[in-house]
Amino acid sequence: MAAKSILEADGKAILNYHLTRAPVIKPTPLAPQATHNPPAKLASITFADGDDVRGVLDQAEATFPFLLVPGAKFVAKPDQLIKRRGKSGLLKLNSTWADAKEWIEARANKVQKVEHVEGALRTFLVEPFVPHPQETEYYININSVREGDWILFYHEGGVDVGDVDEKAEKLLIPVDLSEYPSNDEIAKSLLSKVPKGVHNVLVDFISRLYAVYVDCQFTYLEINPLVVIPNKDSTGADVHFLDLAAKIDQTAEFECGVKWAVARAPSALGIPHVPGKTDGKVSVDAGPPMEFPAPFGREMSKEEAYIAEMDAKTGASLKLTILNSQGRVWTLVAGGGASVVYADAIASAGYAGELANYGEYSGAPTETQTFHYARTVFDLMLRAPQHPDGKVLFIGGGIANFTNVASTFKGVIRALREVAPLLVEHKVQIWVRRAGPNYQEGLKNMKAVGSELGLNMHVFGPEMHVSGIVPLALVPGKMNDSIKEFEA
Amino acid sequence: MASSAVPSAPTSNGTSGLNGSTKGGLSANDNIKRFAAPSRPMSPHPGQALFHPKTRCFVYGLQPRAVQGMLDFDYICKRKTPSVAGIIYTFGGQFVSKMYWGTSETLLPVYDSTEKAVAKHNDVDTVVNFASSRSVFTSTMELMEYPQIKCIAIIAEGVPERRAREILHVAKKKGITIIGPATVGGIKPGAFKIGNTGGMMDNIVASKLYRKGSVGYVSKSGGMSNELNNIIANTTDGVAEGVAIGGDRYPGTTFIDHMLRYEADPDCKILVLLGEVGGVEEYRVIEAVKEGTITKPVVAWAIGTVASMLKTEVQFGHAGSFANSQLETAAMKNKSMKDAGFYVPDTFEDLPQTLAKVYKEMVSKGEIKPQPEPAVPKIPIDYSWAQELGLIRKPAAFISTISDDRGQELLYAGMPISEVFHDNIGIGGVMSLLWFRRRLPDYAGKFLEMVLMLTADHGPAVSGAMNTIITTRAGKDLISALVSGLLTIGSRFGGALDGAAEEFTRAYDKGLSPRDFVDTMRKENKLIPGIGHRVKSRNNPDLRVSLVKEYCQANFPSTKLLDYAIAVETVTTSKKDNLILNVDGAVAVCFVDLMRNCGAFSAEEAEDYLKMGVLNGLFVLGRSIGLIAHFLDQKRLRTGLYRHPWDDITYLLPELGRGAPGNEGRVEVNVK
Repeated sequence: MAAKSILEADGKAILNYHLTRAPVIKPTPLAPQATHNPPAKLASITFADGDDVRGVLDQAEATFPFLLVPGAKFVAKPDQLIKRRGKSGLLKLNSTWADAKEWIEARANKVQKVEHVEGALRTFLVEPFVPHPQETEYYININSVREGDWILFYHEGGVDVGDVDEKAEKLLIPVDLSEYPSNDEIAKSLLSKVPKGVHNVLVDFISRLYAVYVDCQFTYLEINPLVVIPNKDSTGADVHFLDLAAKIDQTAEFECGVKWAVARAPSALGIPHVPGKTDGKVSVDAGPPMEFPAPFGREMSKEEAYIAEMDAKTGASLKLTILNSQGRVWTLVAGGGASVVYADAIASAGYAGELANYGEYSGAPTETQTFHYARTVFDLMLRAPQHPDGKVLFIGGGIANFTNVASTFKGVIRALREVAPLLVEHKVQIWVRRAGPNYQEGLKNMKAVGSELGLNMHVFGPEMHVSGIVPLALVPGKMNDSIKEFEA
Repeated sequence: MASSAVPSAPTSNGTSGLNGSTKGGLSANDNIKRFAAPSRPMSPHPGQALFHPKTRCFVYGLQPRAVQGMLDFDYICKRKTPSVAGIIYTFGGQFVSKMYWGTSETLLPVYDSTEKAVAKHNDVDTVVNFASSRSVFTSTMELMEYPQIKCIAIIAEGVPERRAREILHVAKKKGITIIGPATVGGIKPGAFKIGNTGGMMDNIVASKLYRKGSVGYVSKSGGMSNELNNIIANTTDGVAEGVAIGGDRYPGTTFIDHMLRYEADPDCKILVLLGEVGGVEEYRVIEAVKEGTITKPVVAWAIGTVASMLKTEVQFGHAGSFANSQLETAAMKNKSMKDAGFYVPDTFEDLPQTLAKVYKEMVSKGEIKPQPEPAVPKIPIDYSWAQELGLIRKPAAFISTISDDRGQELLYAGMPISEVFHDNIGIGGVMSLLWFRRRLPDYAGKFLEMVLMLTADHGPAVSGAMNTIITTRAGKDLISALVSGLLTIGSRFGGALDGAAEEFTRAYDKGLSPRDFVDTMRKENKLIPGIGHRVKSRNNPDLRVSLVKEYCQANFPSTKLLDYAIAVETVTTSKKDNLILNVDGAVAVCFVDLMRNCGAFSAEEAEDYLKMGVLNGLFVLGRSIGLIAHFLDQKRLRTGLYRHPWDDITYLLPELGRGAPGNEGRVEVNVK
């Protein structure tokens, strides 16, 4: 739970819906729009592995009728948190739906290399192409820091905007919104390079954009290019977000979930009601719950999704990220800090490439939760082909504050029992280090099960440094007879 | 329950001898230690001292385990008064919470509002806020409105970043120190411990946190702070003070705030900083060292060096542990700290050696003078914990052998509730599990259900239903109406089941022939329970009886007692046509046949269950269905209060002047 990136389509949907609804912090130069924005034209098309690509695209035509308007031109691009898509040739501009369709079909579900990351293209965004003069393109970025939110504005937008940190005009909005700057101050600090005529229109837009940023608890928002075409008397403007990247604060779900959802409801996206598709399912809010996609190149596997689901249902914390499913080094570590320390130690021993997973369990999970968590990690470890040098499993953790070590270890032991023969077959070395409430019992049981099942296991308590077992296991010659294992 | 979360009844506080103490003898009350409020305001402590041995705090939220941990810590630190002055719990009324103070007990007041708590305790300047991520913003903002509050620790994880920033903005304005969010807190050995910091008592003793040392640390991670306690205890003379600032992006106070305090604290000789990937707060400490504001040696490490070696972005366990730029990576931080003259080990595993080296230098230079080790304090172990460790046992006051709600799943006689549904064992199956603690064959479950169905109701005129109806019409609730009906069940109404089972079984077991049985009963002037019906007769049989008979004959392994009862019926009906085996009788004998022959019960068990009155249980359970139905029926009909008509009651009163009451002579009754 933290600030998480969201899909471009979702970011645009939120802006489109809330731009006229979010309460502005101070009155803006222009009167509020008489009507709310029409539904956003955002066709977000997702392909699962093995989907009939053509079929999905045909289905999209039914879901998003705007695609079939004769003569309309579109932009198509993958929507998977990929940066600089234009430079990687992942942008199809000014094309008919037929062309866009063909372009997507050629790429959907195919592996693509972007800079140094490889991943399959699964989600595409198709939206109307907006012809506009170059001088109406701007760059805007809002990001949060400890003291407040920075607004960065530059009068020239586009792919080649360059180093905005260097050249953009900046304005810090303090955390205390009663100190929100006046319209003049905004114009003075951000719009010095923009003709006076469009100041009102831009100040109005920036204020509204910032209102949405606050109201929907964004932590990062970048629009580039932002296209603002004022109407004749500059009392309003057509605003288009051509490219957008955003992060929102997942922990604010309890405050903003309903706002995120309603902006993404079918009615807000102009999706005709398709009977039979969603009936029976009652969702909590007016729209679907917000989705937080995994970064490009790392699709969430079934197992990761399973752990994430388990995590969402409990007060304990259960995290799992697969880094390299073929890796030799696996971790089952308790605690948010300790798990990072383990990953560090493995990397500094030279095994970064072999590190198979990052994960942690903490916050006093029950024995059953620990069992399922451990079971999932073991399954993944033993599913990968055997390695001639065997594999290494760290069952680690710091000195727990209040988790009963014996009881969480019971869950781990249950999981070990289920896969014991495979552990031997895969030549898995198991290194254990843990302390905290009732650790003596936990380590004793662990040791007992190790010798009972004939596992290659080393067990340590608080006298061992938290991640001290990592060099012992991975760096040859570090382990010697003077290092005492835990004695029950 | 050791750490007593039990809301005890409001007890008068302060004056002893009032509640339940007996003269002379010891009572539970004599073991309660009470602490008087300070008589005069305390002298102010130096600015850098956030915590001292007289720090008093509120704990916001009901966290008996954490509070007990704090009190235990206070006790082994030989504090005179507990560090917790009171608990603020807005969801409950005012009460007191009983806690241990060493081996005796003490009462902590629980307030339902911050206002009341603050009004009562003007010596409190610290709050440990355990409110959830949803409510912590409001409660912290409220707490900051009271000028006496100088420090708030926020434990909750998942506080929205905007709210966290709003809190720290206000705190900064008012000069309040915020520790957290998303932290375990902090500890000042010998003085004060926030919440669960330091773990359990045995760990606190192992890490020597009961007395002060010379090393001050700031860590991002709460879990790792415990690890630091351990490392520092093993390699130096111990911890002077430690704070975990929390893993969120916007901690209320950061490394520099506490580092500057430690710099100003003469007891603190070595500083330890455990940073992390993400954020730029470590650089402010670097600046302070470069500028010479911090002069004490700093041992430092930033965890998360792995992040730059991974191909894709990984969000680590902490919300803030995410590098947004090169500057925020752990590797860059470690390098910058090293360049600035910090003691930075090559890996985190080498940190203990680095720390030990710095410590030894300080000792040899005479800047640290190791103090003689005080005696290791003893702390009584909590009952519940000792029990969890398997160290102690005590006889239980109650035993239950039928169901268990403590585990992942509810168990009925060992059968998980999911299996109950998966196997579709029905209400009969559930009854056999809970009543007899075993699975009975399917036909037995069906039979039990059959009995419930047959006994469910018998019209409104019977006494049970009548009572229920009258009670309902008096406007009473469902339970009262149901119970008033059930209370009529006994040897006359509904009790025929038990009686029939008893009489038939006895006769059968004695080997009496059916005719002998009937004769004996007549000689004793006893009616045979289960025989006879008001309207039904041999030629006009009771269909309910036929159903039971047919079912049992078709499904039971043996129906000896039923056969016997049918033979008895042959005898009785030969005397009078309506002396048939009635439904009570049929159910009773079949039930006995079931108990004796289904193979699940030994002879003694079968006997026992019958003696316990299990048959009555069947009737009560079945008839409850009907009684509830009568209740609902009357409610639906909106019937009013029932009053019995006078003309339906014969009034026969003694006349005055005919003698004293009880001595009126004979009462003449003329029946028309």
